[in-house]
Amino acid sequence: MVKLVFLWTDALLYVLVATVLLSAWYIRSHEHLRAPWREVLHSRLGVAAMVVLAAYVTIGLLDSVHFRMPAGGRAADGAERYSGRVLSVLDLILTPLRTHEEETYSAPLATRLYTKETVELPDGRDVRIYPRLRYGGAQLRDPARERIPDILHTVLRGAVFALVLWAALLALVVARLARRHRWRVLHALYRVLSGRTEHPWNVALYTAGALILFGSVTGHLAVHYHVFGTDKVGQDVFYETLKSIRTGLVIGTLSTLVMLPLAIVLGITAGYFRSWVDDVIQYLYTTLNSIPGVLLIAAAILMLEVYMANHPQNFQTVIARADLRLLFLCIILGITSWTGLCRLLRGEALKLRELDYIQAAQAFGVGHTKILTRHILPNVMHIVLITVVLDFSGLVLAEAVLTYVGVGVDPTTYSWGNMINGARLELARDPVVWWSLAAAFVFMFGLVLSANLFADAVRDAFDPRSGTTRGPGSGRRDVGA
Amino acid sequence: MIAYIIRRILYAVPILIGVNLITFVLFFSVNSPDDMARMQLGTKRVTPQAIQMWKHDHGYDKPLLYNAAQRGVDRFTDTIFFQKSVRLFAFDFGRSDSGRDIGSDIRQRMWPSLAIAVPVFVVGLLTNITMALLIVFFRATYLEVSAVVLSVVLMSISSLFYIIAGQYIVGKLMHLVPISGYAGGLSAFKFLVLPVVVGVISGIGSGTRWYRTIFLEEFGKDYVRTARAKGLSELRVLFRHVLQNGMVPILTGAMVILPLLFMGNLILESFFGIPGLGSYTIDAIQSQDFAIVRAMVFLGSVLYIVGLLLTDISYTLVDPRIRLR
Repeated sequence: MVKLVFLWTDALLYVLVATVLLSAWYIRSHEHLRAPWREVLHSRLGVAAMVVLAAYVTIGLLDSVHFRMPAGGRAADGAERYSGRVLSVLDLILTPLRTHEEETYSAPLATRLYTKETVELPDGRDVRIYPRLRYGGAQLRDPARERIPDILHTVLRGAVFALVLWAALLALVVARLARRHRWRVLHALYRVLSGRTEHPWNVALYTAGALILFGSVTGHLAVHYHVFGTDKVGQDVFYETLKSIRTGLVIGTLSTLVMLPLAIVLGITAGYFRSWVDDVIQYLYTTLNSIPGVLLIAAAILMLEVYMANHPQNFQTVIARADLRLLFLCIILGITSWTGLCRLLRGEALKLRELDYIQAAQAFGVGHTKILTRHILPNVMHIVLITVVLDFSGLVLAEAVLTYVGVGVDPTTYSWGNMINGARLELARDPVVWWSLAAAFVFMFGLVLSANLFADAVRDAFDPRSGTTRGPGSGRRDVGA
Repeated sequence: MIAYIIRRILYAVPILIGVNLITFVLFFSVNSPDDMARMQLGTKRVTPQAIQMWKHDHGYDKPLLYNAAQRGVDRFTDTIFFQKSVRLFAFDFGRSDSGRDIGSDIRQRMWPSLAIAVPVFVVGLLTNITMALLIVFFRATYLEVSAVVLSVVLMSISSLFYIIAGQYIVGKLMHLVPISGYAGGLSAFKFLVLPVVVGVISGIGSGTRWYRTIFLEEFGKDYVRTARAKGLSELRVLFRHVLQNGMVPILTGAMVILPLLFMGNLILESFFGIPGLGSYTIDAIQSQDFAIVRAMVFLGSVLYIVGLLLTDISYTLVDPRIRLR
């Protein structure tokens, strides 16, 4: 059997998923909570963004179940031995990508290395040629002639496969809608495709179709080629960028979630109690806020590095060490960004406490704790939600900048920041190596753009007047700049 | 007004003390100076003498808060806290871990920083306002929709990509300007054009979007309806009324950034090799020079607090309804 490995960020991600599922279940049964979400689902861009985000989240979650494979054989005390390498479910799915390591750089879909190497011919002479790749296009006998037709053939196969998959998805949606509304099947099909349904199913389906097409084509190609080429040590760039998704998601979500309790508790107590409580809390967040974000993060990460250098015994595996650094980065990013949310919540609580129903509750002798949890908290939750969603894309972007500065994720962690960082030197090479940068760009852009569009839809639905939460980034003053 | 400003400055004192304490705890309590010395000297086979030497050279061989070996006031002044932290209040930054005078480094490096940050700020503000006004003028047309979508797309691209693309296309392919470097005087121009342009472009997305909402909010107000009812043309409404009133939140909001321009732009300076305070900070972080990072944290906080002060003052200046409390 495999041995499961629980990393800190994994555990927190599971907690997050459980929270989301629980609140989804709770929202379903409460009409007033469902209404704004229904509006999100009515927005075309919002739905398209949700589909893309769902794809990213699926990949990220698959990459968050870690385990160690049995190494074969048994230890002296009879216990089963496990390999030292920690893998995830995604690694298992992407085994061909993970294991197809080349010598060094190779261009996307290439069959030969990008650099000339001296090869010894059978008759003893040395020649400098571009050697064949070990895996990329290895099934071809004459790559010069067969490569293009083979790639086209594979793309076609991928496209056909995607079409079948998409048709199945379409059939599923049509059948469901036809049953619910008692439409005839053809009528339902017409309505779905022309967008004459309550929710923009056609947008969702087309977006899903584009994703399936991309996934299927690259998936088919990836078996025999390196779709995004290979990097300096011969690692598949496509694999790297897929692995980076989890890092981006972890930073984007956990950073705000780690600090959420603190921001909520301090924010609403400051606004509700006013007087010296308010003064203390205001002092606290103004002080924290006045330290430039990057520098606070840098100082904290430097201190973590010093601690890690002096206590190597606490970090057994490379991945545990990298994971702890990721978690720490999330916490520090949270500390620099909770102040914005805290200020918003304080302002809202200040307004709410003057409203009649709160005054009435006070007159009835309801305790402070009860007023805060029953009456104030539910009425500021929309601000919390909007802030979490709005902050997400900024945090993903901040990761790249911070990693470039040298205070981001561990250099061994797969992340877009590390990929961009490496790509800087590759662009200075001649001929240029552009594919690492391109892959990081495409995947990062996809995530950030869909997160931004989704955030807009959520904000429009939950805060239609946009009075409280619109601003140029609530917390991130200088990290993304 | 002067009493108000003095009061506001006095409010800033406890905040600065708080910042100072946070940095002190971060840099000296979480890890002892011994840990820092070991980190700097390398972890393997370091003799205690070497650590002592390093600490002595950098002035870290004192007690943290209370020096029992001294007498009188020296019991409190001859400590790490006083020597390294309290002195920051007098802007005495001391020496960096590599032995350079931080104060003179900052004075020398703030000019290149300003040479980048000020044009980026001014040109960026003008560009964003112009774009936002254009979008608002063409509101409820396809032009607006596409401009809004474009700005979301622009703000979804990491600033690193703008820099890398700018350097690659303009610097490497077209050979218009040097890829990186800096020179004093007028010849600085050719080194500054590209970073400034890149800096402005990477800010267009979010800036335009934000200013657009401000102008749109103004458009919904009563005085705009009155102005139209008077028979003013749409252009006149836009420029005479909406622009002027919209500038109030824009300019007061920009005040807080103004002092921070001194700190320079970390990423731009580092990519383009400009010897300003931003690249100074990055170099310090990468070489793990704790003294410089500590000094920059303090300087940044001071500038931010100055920015808050400027914001408050500008609010009271432009809006007479705000009382001086």
